[in-house]
Amino acid sequence: MEPFKHLISRTVVMPAANIDTDQIIPARFLTTTTREGLGARLFADWRYDAEGRPRPDFVLNRPEADGCRILVAGRNFGCGSSREHAPWALTDYGFRAVISTEIADIFRNNSLKNGLLPVVVEPAVSDWLLAHPGSELSLDVATRTLTLPTGVAVEFPLEAFAQHCLLEGVDELGYLLARSADIAAYEAQA
Amino acid sequence: MSASSGTRAGARTLFEKVWDSHIVSPQSASAPAVLYVDLHLIHEVTSPQAFQVLRERGLPVRRPDRTLATMDHSTPTRAAATLGGTPVAIDSAARQVATLEKNCAEFGVELLSMSHAQRGIVHVIGPELGLSQPGQTIVCGDSHTSTHGAVGALAFGIGTTEVGHVFATQCLLQRRPRSLSIEVKGRLRPGVTAKDLILAIIGRIGVDGGTGHVIEYRGEAIRALGMEERMTVCNMSIEAGARAGMIAPDEVTYEYLAGRARAPHGVDWQRALERWRQLPSDPGARFDREVHLDAAQIEPMITYGTNPGMVIPISAQIPERPGDPAFQRALDYMGLSPGQPLKDQKVNVVFLGSCTNARLSDLRGAAALLRGRRIARGLTMLVVPGSQEVKRQAETEGLDRIFTEAGAEWRESGCSMCIGMNGDLVPRGEYSVSTSNRNFEGRQGAGARTLLASPLTAAACAVTGRVTDPRELLNT
Repeated sequence: MEPFKHLISRTVVMPAANIDTDQIIPARFLTTTTREGLGARLFADWRYDAEGRPRPDFVLNRPEADGCRILVAGRNFGCGSSREHAPWALTDYGFRAVISTEIADIFRNNSLKNGLLPVVVEPAVSDWLLAHPGSELSLDVATRTLTLPTGVAVEFPLEAFAQHCLLEGVDELGYLLARSADIAAYEAQA
Repeated sequence: MSASSGTRAGARTLFEKVWDSHIVSPQSASAPAVLYVDLHLIHEVTSPQAFQVLRERGLPVRRPDRTLATMDHSTPTRAAATLGGTPVAIDSAARQVATLEKNCAEFGVELLSMSHAQRGIVHVIGPELGLSQPGQTIVCGDSHTSTHGAVGALAFGIGTTEVGHVFATQCLLQRRPRSLSIEVKGRLRPGVTAKDLILAIIGRIGVDGGTGHVIEYRGEAIRALGMEERMTVCNMSIEAGARAGMIAPDEVTYEYLAGRARAPHGVDWQRALERWRQLPSDPGARFDREVHLDAAQIEPMITYGTNPGMVIPISAQIPERPGDPAFQRALDYMGLSPGQPLKDQKVNVVFLGSCTNARLSDLRGAAALLRGRRIARGLTMLVVPGSQEVKRQAETEGLDRIFTEAGAEWRESGCSMCIGMNGDLVPRGEYSVSTSNRNFEGRQGAGARTLLASPLTAAACAVTGRVTDPRELLNT
């Protein structure tokens, strides 16, 4: 995994609460055996009509969404299934961070393992972000800080180990494999 | 008994006991705990990329003896397709199924393949085989792994990267979740089922009410549930955002597991029983949060919106939330209006199936209501047993004939119309009363409108072609 230290980007805003993984990547696109190429299917049923034409009113189809790497969403983003295809689709599309007042557990875990930064903020910060689409934000992993264009900086929660993995580009499997002796000892006594 | 009455030092919850006994190394400020996994269930959709990681890094599956594969999500449910020449009609799904076969052969993992007599939905076969046991840690790349918590296991869904971690190390890195006690007093009334209970719980605490928590369901109403009903309750824990749902093992659990193919036998069974009897939460054990419900107050429940928390008693009206655009958007998708009753809403499709409600007791309940009746003209009803074993048992009891004589389709086991990956889809704009677990937009097909309900309610709706309180048909 590439190290993730800092991100500066404008935002795309999707204010709906409870955006579930079936919206992020509909199940019919899960019959894949690789991780790549899912960005084209991201939010497929909101992004395209029944004939596959882009819906002009959907936020990702508007020109100002080009190049935005931060998604700001309503409460409880990523609820639903465990499909890692959801963060794969978001990162393949180009997103590197998701900001909400609440992010569903499994989606959050999956995101951290794919270099997609889950950022949980207080309602007041979220309200400001939802009201100011396209704002340029700065996210710093080392200081766990989100800085608004107003200069206001807020800290966001990020567990120390996850922070370390992001900053160093370390993957957790290496860490677990290094615990092989402990695991064998556990198996011997269990 | 209320969990808050006199918390006691050293008293532990069911969850804490299972968690503590699986710690390879404890969590610290700088690192999560290394948690050992007793049982790893896999399927075709969330495993291919994890096997690929093993291949790239030259790693074996550490404990193939603790790993079992089945195919369920993208598999067909028509007998001709299942048992005939080309098993999977959709090319990409066929590739996924073939990939699982190849991966299991290469890494020495046991696979219940398409023609296997024990194949079925992963969360149905685990308990059915006696593999899912009290006190275990169980994971699967599927959020409804919470189902297995019904036997007193700590069972939760994981992503594909974590599937790879478990393959390679039999462990996961985990921060300890918080605990939530949901205590249900009283008894469910006739015609009100475990599905109605869990829908009422989700309606009460919300689709994010359990986020960051492991739920323990407790109280008289939970103790009175059969094993399969407990699975229905735990299954939808994730629909409240919870990591897992658990129910303490008791005589119901032991009776269910005794004699099952892969449950312990003989002396091992006696030893296991001794261990399992230590698992229930100690008197005075402390939970981080507590919620209380009265089972007697619960009606048959049905959803009206696009998440499982948008749920009402079947005779109630859809709430009004002026000034809430997300609420209005959900109702627009559903083609419904605030304030309208859902009762008598026209229904096009009824789906009886899924890891929530496709076990034998679910099929028996629906069949009892359908016996001697016909489904409404123009309505499609799919009955998809949870496993091939459930299918066989149902056929032995003649349930299949009750369904087909009523005009329903009787299929092979699989996830089918719950997730719509295999071509079993609800047409755009049509209303489906479904015994599954998610009513998200497009879940059962692009533009499909899903109303989640119990098997009894689904059967009643199938008979009338309209949203119907099953008690009206049960009483006649």
